[in-house]
Amino acid sequence: MEVEVDIRVDGTPHRLTVDVRTTLLDALRERLGNTSAKKGCDHGQCGACTVLLDGRRVNSCLVLAVAHDGAEVVTAAGLAPDGELHPMQHAFIRHDAFQCGYCTPGQVVSAVGMLREAEAGWPSAVTAGQPAGVGSGGGDGPTGAMLTDDEVRERMSGNLCRCAAYANIVPAIQEAARR
Amino acid sequence: MRTFRYERAGTVSGAVALLAEAPHGAFLGGGTNLVDLMKLDVARPDLLVDVRRLTSDRVEELPEGGVRIGAATPNSDLAADPLIRRRYPMLSQALLSGASGQLRNLATTAGNLLQRTRCPYFQNVTTPCNKREPGTGCSAIQGHQRDLAILGTSPECVATHPSDLAVALAALDAVVRTVGPDGERVIPMTELHRLPGPEPQRDTVLQHGELITAIDLPPLPFAARSHFRKVRDRASYAFALVAVAAAIDVADGVVRDVRVALGGVAHKPWRAAKAEELLRGGPADAERFRQAAEAELADVRPLPGNAFKVPLARNTMVRTLLDLTGGLR
Repeated sequence: MEVEVDIRVDGTPHRLTVDVRTTLLDALRERLGNTSAKKGCDHGQCGACTVLLDGRRVNSCLVLAVAHDGAEVVTAAGLAPDGELHPMQHAFIRHDAFQCGYCTPGQVVSAVGMLREAEAGWPSAVTAGQPAGVGSGGGDGPTGAMLTDDEVRERMSGNLCRCAAYANIVPAIQEAARR
Repeated sequence: MRTFRYERAGTVSGAVALLAEAPHGAFLGGGTNLVDLMKLDVARPDLLVDVRRLTSDRVEELPEGGVRIGAATPNSDLAADPLIRRRYPMLSQALLSGASGQLRNLATTAGNLLQRTRCPYFQNVTTPCNKREPGTGCSAIQGHQRDLAILGTSPECVATHPSDLAVALAALDAVVRTVGPDGERVIPMTELHRLPGPEPQRDTVLQHGELITAIDLPPLPFAARSHFRKVRDRASYAFALVAVAAAIDVADGVVRDVRVALGGVAHKPWRAAKAEELLRGGPADAERFRQAAEAELADVRPLPGNAFKVPLARNTMVRTLLDLTGGLR
């Protein structure tokens, strides 16, 4: 079964005819030539395919394109629309927060989405997980400037780096959060 | 992935009618489990009825002090909801201890409950599995046993339900509102999921085509003092080996009321009714907590590879209750 979907990717509108089985990740890579989001595990476990879908970070490998007709998608490439790097991308470079680089676009997009979540006051298992906070359910989530190592690790646990560049990814994200 | 027909229903009754006519169809919510299982050729629906935009995606206060959660509410919104965090903190903690940030943004509340009860062999189409293909045998019982169930198992299936949310909801006496081919009904959360028995292919009591529209939480003032503790092989983004959801009301050192449920131990979220009964009216101390935990676990049937879950479940129950009551006295 083929269907027509409209999706806006990194600011550019597209109309595509896709097989209903097409994931958003495959639509981006195979149909639109946008290879920014990477196919790692293709099962939602590694985070290499992370994009912002209507403003929220998601695994694009588990999203059927047909179910998101009209969606706004931002990939890591879209964070630097005119070649001007996003502060998160600058921070990753400054901290050497990668080795092979395959997970990096997913890490960067996930980190941008994660900081928005923290700024909106969303708690994490680290923020909300302490029984000392019983009764209050934990306070508001930390602001970007207060993201401890543990907070960043917990909130970024959906992005794996097989080169284990975590030791530099965490401070890169914290630096971007302070800006 | 096998091909399928895709439909987006305009109404709940329309969605139910569409699926009623398609015995091999399925509802599609966030898709985080279903799309994955379709890629693995474990799920083979010939029709997907997209219900993600069909039901409410909000949390609202009910007049008698309870809370109604729309079925389509994303896991991340539910976890961050101020009302949920204030009145039922263990519910927020349970959600935040599950999956990853990306998955929680996609996954819906009803979809979280209806993710498949599973084990690694269920996901692997090259191995026999009674849940995936009834009558073919269970590979897990003789296989890798670390994650398997210790309570309510059958010779046919030892898989566990992986949802943390479901454990908290079971402890809180939540009810699930549905619309199906036979009309509306309300199902207690503790009765939504089944034990495997001889029919492990059925995870829940829902009929084919029955759609969850909302989950209602009754008022439970002492749940403002509640906690979800999850023990797992990694610090984050891993299924529970054992999880405990608990709320307790203590006055003058005596337990007035208590709610306890376990995760990671059974084919369904396990409400610890025996432990609760022993705890009510008794002293809020470590010795009684241990007795209650042991009573709950009296009927365990562990396998060699998951026998560690028995003391782990006991200790996690005791520790969670101690944390809630101010620690050792």
